[in-house]
Parts: sequence; structure tokens; C-alpha cells
Amino acid sequence: MVLNWKLGGVLLGLVFFLAVLLVKPIGVSTQFVILDGILWNAADPSVVVQTEDGAYTSTNAYLAKSSGKYAKSVSEPMNYSFVFVIAMMIGGFLSAMARGGVSREEQKMPAIWRANFGGSTGSRFLATFVGGFIVLYGARLAGGCTSGHMMSGMMQTALSGYIFAAGAFLAAVPTAMFLFREEG
Amino acid sequence: MVSILLALLIGGAFGAVLDRIGASNPNYIGNMLNLKNLHLMKTILLAIGTGSVLMFAGQMLGLVDVGHMSVKTAYVGVFVGGLLLGFGWALSGYCPGTGLVAAASGRRDALAFIAGGLLGAAAYMATYPAVESTGMLDAIAGGKVTLGAVPGAKYEGVTALPGDVLGIALGLAFIVVAILLPERITGEADPVAAE
Repeated sequence: MVLNWKLGGVLLGLVFFLAVLLVKPIGVSTQFVILDGILWNAADPSVVVQTEDGAYTSTNAYLAKSSGKYAKSVSEPMNYSFVFVIAMMIGGFLSAMARGGVSREEQKMPAIWRANFGGSTGSRFLATFVGGFIVLYGARLAGGCTSGHMMSGMMQTALSGYIFAAGAFLAAVPTAMFLFREEG
Repeated sequence: MVSILLALLIGGAFGAVLDRIGASNPNYIGNMLNLKNLHLMKTILLAIGTGSVLMFAGQMLGLVDVGHMSVKTAYVGVFVGGLLLGFGWALSGYCPGTGLVAAASGRRDALAFIAGGLLGAAAYMATYPAVESTGMLDAIAGGKVTLGAVPGAKYEGVTALPGDVLGIALGLAFIVVAILLPERITGEADPVAAE
């Protein structure tokens, strides 16, 4: 079972507070771009280049934007934000193991999907693949995701965080109400 | 490297907490978004409120560096991207951070989410110049702005209200909403599927 909302909410809030106290607000979705850049640059080393003055840039306009901020992270993956995301996965793994792990049935697909769409792993995997594509395209268009815009943004009273949250819930709630009639 | 150690510490704690509150479990996400079980919504609202009150109170006491704030630009694409993310979040049950945590916790459907996500991010990298040319990324309402003017911050305020006091007030409002929000507003009171 999950943590009670009172304890869970305070713990999650403390993590977001610690991040901004010690370093900077939490964000995740940029690291999908950085990993793409790392893979692309490994296949074609001309993608990210260092200029004579030591700055980084890229043949890709998105990696090159903001004075090559993303291009630099691609060339130096041992940076705070990238390691943060890897550590997040390690933390999630250890936490799941400590509570006995996710059941085999759930590993294949969540109960709510099975209750509404049956047990075909093919359709579930197609849905999460398409969902992942749309989520990351949307997150990069928005300039952040649930962590960076909604949690970190609204916590800082950022106007952009409120705009993002309005869009996200406006689409998510009707979609979920349409798709998931059964609770699972 | 201190920053790498902090990344390991804060990132690790973040992943563990996401796992424990059910945010990386699509059952809790689906039942929250279809408004049948708002337990996770209460957790999220309380977290935003707690973080906000601690950060702004810390700033007022001089314990938190205002320079650590990082406010993102407001533009039309934030709303459009939010709509897209919301649709994909509901469909898959994952958002970028929770999808990665779910995969690490053993959920295999989350691997397909990550593969789709890497492709979606690459598609944005490829289409970025075209998106930019639409003007959808141009700053609106002042761009990098907070709702009030935060003392010492490099961001303008949408209003002239003191941003730190407003931040605490809004933080408390989030906490009150978290407390008042019922866990269930529709559907019968059957338990959420256990893992």
C-alpha cells in the first residue's frame, strides 16, 4: 500500500524544498533530450562540437539553443541534472525492492488497464509507447513536465507552472474518464 | 564533486518517494485522473503547499538563497504542451519522471513508455525550428514571471503583491485544499487494486 497522503505529501514536499534549498528546482524531461543527444552524438560525433572559445554548440538547433546549454550536457553527462535522473531510478528501484517489489501481474500491465482493455500486453505496450511519445513531445514543447512545471513551478508561484497544470489536467481528466470506466 | 553527491542524494530520495506515494503506479494515476480516488491528488497538493511554504518562509528568514529559484517562461506552447502531456499521461499512466521510476521498479510496460519518450523528444528536436517559427514559443504575460514580486529575485511579478508572502499564502491554500478534498467524489468505495 502507498503512504498516507499526509506523510507522503510532506515527504514529497521536503524533497522539492531540499532541491531548491541546496541546488535548484527539480526537473526531469530535459534529460530525455540529453540521452537522445548522447546516443546521437555517439553514432555521429559531428552532432555536438566545441568551438575555439571552449563553448559547445550543435548542428541540431534545439541542442544549440540557449548558448549550447544542452550541447554541453550531452558532452558532459556527469552533470547534476543527468545524474539526478539516474539516482531517481536507483531510488525507485531500491524503494520498490524494500517493499517486496511489484507483482508479476502488475509488471506486465497495471490492473486498471486489464480491467478496461483486457490482458493483451501488445495493446498495453503500444499504448504506453504512443503515450510516451506524446508526453515527451508535449513536455519539450511546454519546456518542462509534471516535475519541472507543475510541482516546481507552482511551488515557486511561476505563472508558467499554472498554465501548464491547467493544460495538463484539462486533457488528462476527460481522457481518463473516457478510457477508464472500471477502476481496476 | 559536491553537486554529483547532491544529485545522488536528492535524486535517490525523489525516486523513492515517488515509488512510495504511488505516483509511479498507473492504477493510482488512472483512478486520480478519472476522479474516482483522489488520494494521490491530496498527496501532490500537500507536497506543493509544503514545498512552497518552506521555500518562501526560508527566503524571508534569509535561510534559502532566492537565487536558487528557476522560473520557466510562459508562452502559448506551455499550454499546448500541457494538453499533449496530459493526454499521454492519462493514456499511459506515466509522466517523464514516474515512467523512469516505474521501469526501475520492474514495470515492463514503462520500458515502452521510455522508448516512445526518447522518440518523442527526438521528434521535438527535429521539429523545433518549425515550432519556433509559429510564434508559439514567444513569451506571453512577461515570460519568466511569478504571481507576486519576490524580493531579491530576478523575475518580475504579474502583480505587485509581495511574492514571498503570496507564496506562503498560496502554499497554505494548497495545504487546505489537500485537507478538504474528499478522497472519493464518484464511484463506490471499493479499494484500489493492491500491487
